[in-house]
Amino acid sequence: MPSETVLPDRTDSGTPAETPLRLVGIHKSFGGVVAIKNFDLDVKAGEIVALVGDNGAGKSTLIKIISGLYQPTEGEIWLNGQEANFRDASDARAKGVEVVYQDLALVVDQPVYMNMFLGRELTTGPLKILDRKRMATETQQLVDALDVRIPSAKATLSDLSGGQRQGVAICRATHWASSLVLLDEPTAALGVAETAKVEELILKLKARGAAILIVSHNMDQVFRIADRVSVLRRGTQVATRSLADTTHNELVAMITGLAS
Amino acid sequence: MSTTTQTEPSLLARASNVKWSNYVVYIGFVLVFVFFAITQTQYFLNPTNLTNIVIQAAPITIMAIGMVFVLSTGEIDLSIGSTVALSALTAAVVLQSTDVWWIAAAAGLAVGAIVGLVNGIFITWVRLPSFLVTLATMGLVAGLARQLTDLQSVPVTDKAFVWIFGGGNLLGLPIMVWWTIAAVLVGWHLLRQRRYGAHVLAVGNSAAASRVSGIKVNRVRLMVFVGSAMTAAVAGLLYAGRLQGARYTLGETDLMTVIAAAIVGGTSLFGGKGTVIGALIGSLLMSMINNGLILSGLNVSQQMIVRGAIILIAVSFSLRGKKNS
Repeated sequence: MPSETVLPDRTDSGTPAETPLRLVGIHKSFGGVVAIKNFDLDVKAGEIVALVGDNGAGKSTLIKIISGLYQPTEGEIWLNGQEANFRDASDARAKGVEVVYQDLALVVDQPVYMNMFLGRELTTGPLKILDRKRMATETQQLVDALDVRIPSAKATLSDLSGGQRQGVAICRATHWASSLVLLDEPTAALGVAETAKVEELILKLKARGAAILIVSHNMDQVFRIADRVSVLRRGTQVATRSLADTTHNELVAMITGLAS
Repeated sequence: MSTTTQTEPSLLARASNVKWSNYVVYIGFVLVFVFFAITQTQYFLNPTNLTNIVIQAAPITIMAIGMVFVLSTGEIDLSIGSTVALSALTAAVVLQSTDVWWIAAAAGLAVGAIVGLVNGIFITWVRLPSFLVTLATMGLVAGLARQLTDLQSVPVTDKAFVWIFGGGNLLGLPIMVWWTIAAVLVGWHLLRQRRYGAHVLAVGNSAAASRVSGIKVNRVRLMVFVGSAMTAAVAGLLYAGRLQGARYTLGETDLMTVIAAAIVGGTSLFGGKGTVIGALIGSLLMSMINNGLILSGLNVSQQMIVRGAIILIAVSFSLRGKKNS
């Protein structure tokens, strides 16, 4: 693998690396309804943790908490060794949490580079004119480094396939994430070949030292790419296991609550 | 590390990749120009007539640029026509009592700012569809314009005002041409060169994606309506200056022409795509058609029929092929 990194190097030798994401006792209730009970999780640099559970298990609530859309009723979120309270989604973004949504939060009539810098466009000069050239160059470097095959950083997004677009979304998250890349069903809308491409890309991020939390319904995918898995059932954290220590059947049993 | 080495596509391949629908307005412009140049050679190609086309188009061009921003966010502004009248009448009335051209102009522009803010606030805070809000303010503002002078016309005689907003001439070019150039430059700069323009287009493409990317969606929406109403106010001043008077009927029939100019120029009715240069060409095309039809000796009813048909054809050409992307 190439040694150059796009992500900042978090494992400075000397000081022990801080855990990019640490959730401690996260609890969330809406009125009297408890959505999440006492959820703990660490995601280390260079690690992929999968979050699995049936519909209504509380996965989306948890994602919304980590991405700043909801505030936990109780519990703490720590990013790189510092406690974080997110006021809203842009606050979480500013603190280095990037989310890749399954429904592609991209603007299709704009070029790839504008999507990469959406909401954070680079400008130049006292007039603050958009620096399209620099945005295009930096985008091209990033997609080349991650080997996302698109015609050009200047291509309009609507000319790209679903897999290429998700590749762009993941590149964008990689570029801006200083703590965590949160992938919410990143391949749900993709075909088999495109899913394989995206998984390849996710493994590249891992090799570069990104901390990755992925939500997936696809058990095969979880076994293919994740290091550890955390299972939610009706708001309760059933278990967090290393994938090496569990089986497909055991995982399904934990998700459904039925003995296999 | 594997790199994606791209070979430059051949000229031929690139030519076939060009989305021709983006250039319909330019092709249409040339075709219409050539048509009238051949059929009405004597008058049409006269330099005075050609300049006249640009001058006639100026208020439409300016409003079409404002409309490009509104349409680009996926919204619509129906209130521009009545804002033209209220701005022109307000300026004329203020001019009568103060005799100071810039106070009159400021009053006209203030009308635009207020109408734009009202539109924007109801759309962003009360969260009503822009179609309904601006339909309502269209009627409301038209009523105010009628009420203001009790349907009476107001003459504009102030020399400075008439020069700046009407018949002036600067460095050999009519002042209307300068207004057009200024509007195009400002509009193009805002849409193409500023973060604001990028955000306008992003909001029109996907408000949800813009929101999660940290774009203040409601602020962008509010701004496009203020901008649109301000261009209508400027158009009102230009009508008042050129016609040396204001009347509640000013701008009455402009709405369709303005929207047509923007859309024929390549701005999407569904948001996400907008072009200021396209709006300029679209507006000049409309003006040219108007001019040519008059020269062809068609009466007003016939002009309306032909213009409506041409707009229909032009719009269907420029919208065709936009949805398959």
